[in-house]
Amino acid sequence: MLKRTPFYNAHLAMGARMVEFGGWEMPVQYRGIIEEHHAVRNRAGLFDISHMGRFMVRGPNAEAFLQRMVTCDVSAIPLGHASYGLLCRPNGGIVDDVFIYHLPDEFMVVVNAANRAKDWDWFQQHTAGFEVEIEDRSERWAMLALQGPHAEHLLATAEDSTTAEIGSLPFHGVAMTTIFGQNALIARTGYTGEDGFEIFFEAVHAERFWHGLLALGGNAVQACGLGARDSLRFEACLALYGHEIDETMNPYEARLGWVVKLDKGDFIGREALQAIKQAGVTRRLVGFEMVGKGIARGGYQVQRVTGEPVGFVTSGMPSPTLGRPLGMAYVPIDLSSEGSEFDVIVRERPVRARVVKMPFYKPRYKR
Amino acid sequence: MAYNTPSDLRYSKTHEWVRYEGDEVVIGITDYAQHALGDVVYVELPAVGATVTAGESFGVVESVKASSDLYAPVSGEVIAVNTALESDQSPINNDPYGEGWMLRVRPTGESEELLDAEAYAAFVAEIDH
Repeated sequence: MLKRTPFYNAHLAMGARMVEFGGWEMPVQYRGIIEEHHAVRNRAGLFDISHMGRFMVRGPNAEAFLQRMVTCDVSAIPLGHASYGLLCRPNGGIVDDVFIYHLPDEFMVVVNAANRAKDWDWFQQHTAGFEVEIEDRSERWAMLALQGPHAEHLLATAEDSTTAEIGSLPFHGVAMTTIFGQNALIARTGYTGEDGFEIFFEAVHAERFWHGLLALGGNAVQACGLGARDSLRFEACLALYGHEIDETMNPYEARLGWVVKLDKGDFIGREALQAIKQAGVTRRLVGFEMVGKGIARGGYQVQRVTGEPVGFVTSGMPSPTLGRPLGMAYVPIDLSSEGSEFDVIVRERPVRARVVKMPFYKPRYKR
Repeated sequence: MAYNTPSDLRYSKTHEWVRYEGDEVVIGITDYAQHALGDVVYVELPAVGATVTAGESFGVVESVKASSDLYAPVSGEVIAVNTALESDQSPINNDPYGEGWMLRVRPTGESEELLDAEAYAAFVAEIDH
């Protein structure tokens, strides 16, 4: 039985096409992926992301515990801010990518839907020696993302003027406020390459928030499914767990070395990551465009133009914003510089591809 | 969800439709197929004069989300191709049984198992729940 979010009935009522994702029954699209994609780039879109996990970490050793679990420097996250981080195995393989929100008296860790159980167990296995309490808030709190250049002024119209946090919230800032008269935690975070917010609130208010947010600005907000979420993050070259990153990949080859703070003190995977960094990686994630005719998709093989198999595509699709097929792939270092060419096996035929700069779409965050 | 399945067509279980017109057939993809794919952004079809074989791939449709093979419901020679779809694929989504047609084929007799509209609608209802 697939799991459902508190917005399940609302999705069905809107005629969403539902699909399985990470054990969840989620909307892949409402009106069409391309239309929803452009709505977020040009205006505002609303995503149900309640399938993601929300773990609250508190107690006297909460910071020290997280510092041991993730690659980023948790002590450097100011109160009221959030940071991207990675959980790694002792060998440096990536367990998950997460967002850590520093709240008053506790941290919230948002994890990928498909990794909820795995991450929960991973945390529980490492609490020995730490005075820390971890609570799974995933069921009690719902989570929506309102993303796009119009998100700020639209969301501000739903905010109680006495708490007014939205306009002054910095990039990756997080604050408690009142929306539609209810308590809500808002963060200037997202997964689209646009300015926008992620909103957390008691799940009993799900319908109120869903319909209220869509109605902002005279129904100016487009409901968006996982299809557009994927195409938007893809253009911004944001990693998707199970595609660009997983336990067989390390942060350096995934171009996430900036998330690994080797000098912050000990953490799980530090020794291996230090060694990997020193030795240098043998393959690297690259972005590419198709030179020949064809569309690369995740899982397709990559070979040298001489025919030798050397890698694989992690994600690929026709980019709605740029209007041409693009992809990301793991390739050997000597094929990873801009302009390098290789072949992607598209339907049993090699099709020429060329390495281009990442991200494909330059994010428009409000700094 | 209810999909349009015109009663004058025959359907393959891989979601192509066939319209018999004299000794020729017209081929396209069904309303269910276009809905499942989402907005089609690219289509690859054979050239006039090519031979297609029942049950084998004759081309591909691509959406943002996925690539999908097109399977020939009948064997035969391609006598016309809807080349308008090369520059504008939207008819595949908006009018799959009309302007979204793909091939006109002169069949040689071999055919996949084809369903009538009622049987195809039941087949789709089975897989789309």
